[in-house]
Amino acid sequence: MDYFLTEEQQMIKELAARIADERIRPVAAELDEREEFPWELMKVLGESDLFAVWVPEEYGGLGGGVFEQALVVEELSRACSGVAVSYAASGLGSFPILLFGSEEQKARYMPDIASGKRLAAFALTEANAGSDVSSIATTAIEDGDEYVLNGTKQWITNGGEADIYTVIAVTDKSKGARGASAFIVEKGTPGLSFGKKEKKLGIRASSTREVIFEDCRIPKENLLGREGMGFIIAMKTFDKTRPGIGAQAVGIAQGALDEAVQYARQRVQFDQPISSFQGIQFMLADMATQVEAARALVYSVARLVDSGARDVSRAAAMAKLFASDVAMQVTVDAVQILGGYGYMREYPVEKMMRDAKITQIYEGTNQIQRSIIALDLIKEAARKGK
Amino acid sequence: MHIVVCVKQVPDPSQARIDRDTGLVIREGVDKITNPFDLYALEEAIRLKESFGGQVTAISMGPPAAKEVLKDAIAMGVDSGILLSDRQFAGADTLATSYTLAQAIRKLGDVALIICGKQAADGDTAQVGPGLAANLDFSHVTQVRKIRQLNSTETVVERLTDTGYEVLGLRLPAVITVVKEINEPRLPGLRGMMRAKKAEIPLWDSQVLDVDPKRVGLNGSPTQVWRTFEPARHQKGEMLVGSPSEQAALLLDRLRSL
Ligand SMILES: Cc1cc2nc3c(=O)[nH]c(=O)nc-3n(C[C@H](O)[C@H](O)[C@H](O)COP(=O)(O)OP(=O)(O)OC[C@H]3O[C@@H](n4cnc5c(N)ncnc54)[C@H](O)[C@@H]3O)c2cc1C
Repeated sequence: MDYFLTEEQQMIKELAARIADERIRPVAAELDEREEFPWELMKVLGESDLFAVWVPEEYGGLGGGVFEQALVVEELSRACSGVAVSYAASGLGSFPILLFGSEEQKARYMPDIASGKRLAAFALTEANAGSDVSSIATTAIEDGDEYVLNGTKQWITNGGEADIYTVIAVTDKSKGARGASAFIVEKGTPGLSFGKKEKKLGIRASSTREVIFEDCRIPKENLLGREGMGFIIAMKTFDKTRPGIGAQAVGIAQGALDEAVQYARQRVQFDQPISSFQGIQFMLADMATQVEAARALVYSVARLVDSGARDVSRAAAMAKLFASDVAMQVTVDAVQILGGYGYMREYPVEKMMRDAKITQIYEGTNQIQRSIIALDLIKEAARKGK
Repeated sequence: MHIVVCVKQVPDPSQARIDRDTGLVIREGVDKITNPFDLYALEEAIRLKESFGGQVTAISMGPPAAKEVLKDAIAMGVDSGILLSDRQFAGADTLATSYTLAQAIRKLGDVALIICGKQAADGDTAQVGPGLAANLDFSHVTQVRKIRQLNSTETVVERLTDTGYEVLGLRLPAVITVVKEINEPRLPGLRGMMRAKKAEIPLWDSQVLDVDPKRVGLNGSPTQVWRTFEPARHQKGEMLVGSPSEQAALLLDRLRSL
C-alpha cells in the first residue's frame, strides 16, 4: 500500500527500517533474554537523529510530529518492541513539555531529548491508581520557591534510565480531578530514587521501574502549565501518544506476519510447503488484511492529530485499540503457523506474541479505550439531539 | 587539515556471483553499495575531523551512478564528494585508477591525509592505496588498525600484522589504508541524509583533471585478466562409524594419511 509519504517521511522510514534490520534484530532475542536496557541502541537512534523527528526545529528537532514518530516506532517494533517502546517513552515524557511547557522549559529540555542525549519518561501510574488515575496519592506541596514531592510511581517505562521525568501529582486534594498538577523532575534531584525493576512477560529490553519521591524538592518553575491541569495534561499527552502505541502494535504484527509467510513457504509437511494448504493461506490473508487496516487507521489518526484538529481523543483511542487487538490476534496466529517451532525461543514469534500483549494494556487498557470511544459517541449524539 | 577518502561503488558482495560460462561477475540485479572496507575509512576520517577539525572530501571514480556512494558518504558526515567520471576512464586497472585518483588529489592541492579501505570487495587487490602514494610521492602504511597520534606534520599508526601489530610514524602528507578493527562505522543520520539529498556532486572528467590519455582507462591498464572462475566446492563429507574408540582410531588414521 502506498501511503503517499513525503520524501522526508520516506527517508525516516527507511533509516528506521535499516537500524531495525541491521542493528536491532540481530540482538533482539539476547536483549529479551537478559532483560537488558538497550543503551547502545538508544545511542544509535540518537546519532541517527530519530529522537528529533517529533520535536519542532526551534528546539533542536526536525519539525515532524506524531506521524513521523509513528513511522519510526513501527519500523523499530518489527525487530524489537522493547527497544521501540524505550524510544517512544521519551516521546511520552516529552509531550507534556511540548504541549504545556513555557518557552524556557521547552528550550531547556527539548534539545537534549531531540538529540537523544537525555531520555524522558512519564510518571502517572501508582499501585492504587491504574485505570482510575484520579486516585493517585503522590503529593506536591508548595513550600516557598519549591514544591516538595512525596509518593511512589510504579511501572514507569524508562524509569531509572531517563534523565527527565514528567510527573503527575496531587497539589490540592480538595479539588478532586482538578487537584492534580504536572511537574518536570530531573534525575539527580535529591529525594528522587528508583525502586524495583519489574520482570515482565514481554518488552523485556525496556525498563519498567518504580520512581520514588521522598521529600523531593523541585523549583517552582518546574510546574508545567498551571496548578490543577495535571489530568488535562495527561489526557492531551495520550491523544498524541496513543497513535504511537498503535504504530508499535502494527510493527509487531507486521514482524510476525513476515515471519509466518517466510516460514510457511519453507516448512514442508505431507510433501509440500505448508503454504500450499488453504487453511494456512486463509490465516495469512486475514493477518495481512488486519495489519493493513490497522496501519491505515494508525496513519490516518496520526495525520489527524498532527493537523491540529481538536477533539481527537476518540480517534486516538480507536487507533490504539484496533491496532493492539490486531497485534495480539496476528501474533497468536503466527505462533500457530510456526507450530511447535513457533513456541520455541529459537524463533522470534513467541517473543512477538509476548510483546503484543502490553499494547492492549498500557496507556489505558483497551476497556478504557472503549469507554472513551463510547462516551464520546454518546456525548456527540446527545449534542446533536438537542 | 584536509582529509580525502577514496571510495568505490561495488556490487553487494553478499549477492555477488560469477557466471560459470563467461567467467564474469554477474552485475544484473545486484545492488550497488559502498565498498564495505571504505566505510571504515570514512568513519575514521569523520572522527578525525570531529576531534581535530578540518574537512573531509570523498572521491570516487566510476560511472555517473557512483554519485550515490558519495551521497552516502555525505550522509555519514563527510563535507563533500567529487566524482571522477569519463568514458575514457572506463576499464581502468589499479594502475590507471591510482593515477586518475592521484590527479584529482593533486588538483585539490592541500591534502594532508588520504584514507582508503584496505581493499575493494570486488577486485580484492589492495593496490590502489599504495598506488596513490607512489603516484603522489606520499608516505604510506597499509592495514592500519589504529591512529595513535596526528598533528599537522606527522601521524603515528598501528599496522596490523599476522602476529600482532607494528607502530609506525609517517610524515604527512600520507596515505593509509585501514582494516575493520579500526572502528565501527556509524549509520547515516537524518540530518546528514537531508544534506546529502541536496548536495551537488561535482563531476570531474578528463578535461577538468588534465590527465595523460595514455595513462587512464583501458589504455593505461596493463593488467589483463586471463580467466575468472568460481572454485568448485568440494563438500564431500565422510561419516566415520563404529564405537567412539573405533571412530577415534579411524579419524587418527585419516589425519595421518593426509
Ligand atoms: C510494562 C508497563 C509499562 C508501563 N509504563 C507506564 C509509564 O511509563 N507511565 C505510567 O504512568 N504508567 C505506565 N504503565 C501503567 C499502565 O498504564 C497501567 O497498567 C494501565 O493504565 C492499567 O492500569 P492497571 O494495570 O492498574 O489495571 P487496572 O486499572 O487495575 O485494571 C484491571 C482490569 O480492569 C479493567 N478495568 C478497570 N477499570 C475499568 C472500567 N472502568 N471499565 C471496564 N474495565 C475496567 C481494566 O481494563 C483491566 O482489564 C505501564 C504498565 C506496564 C505493564
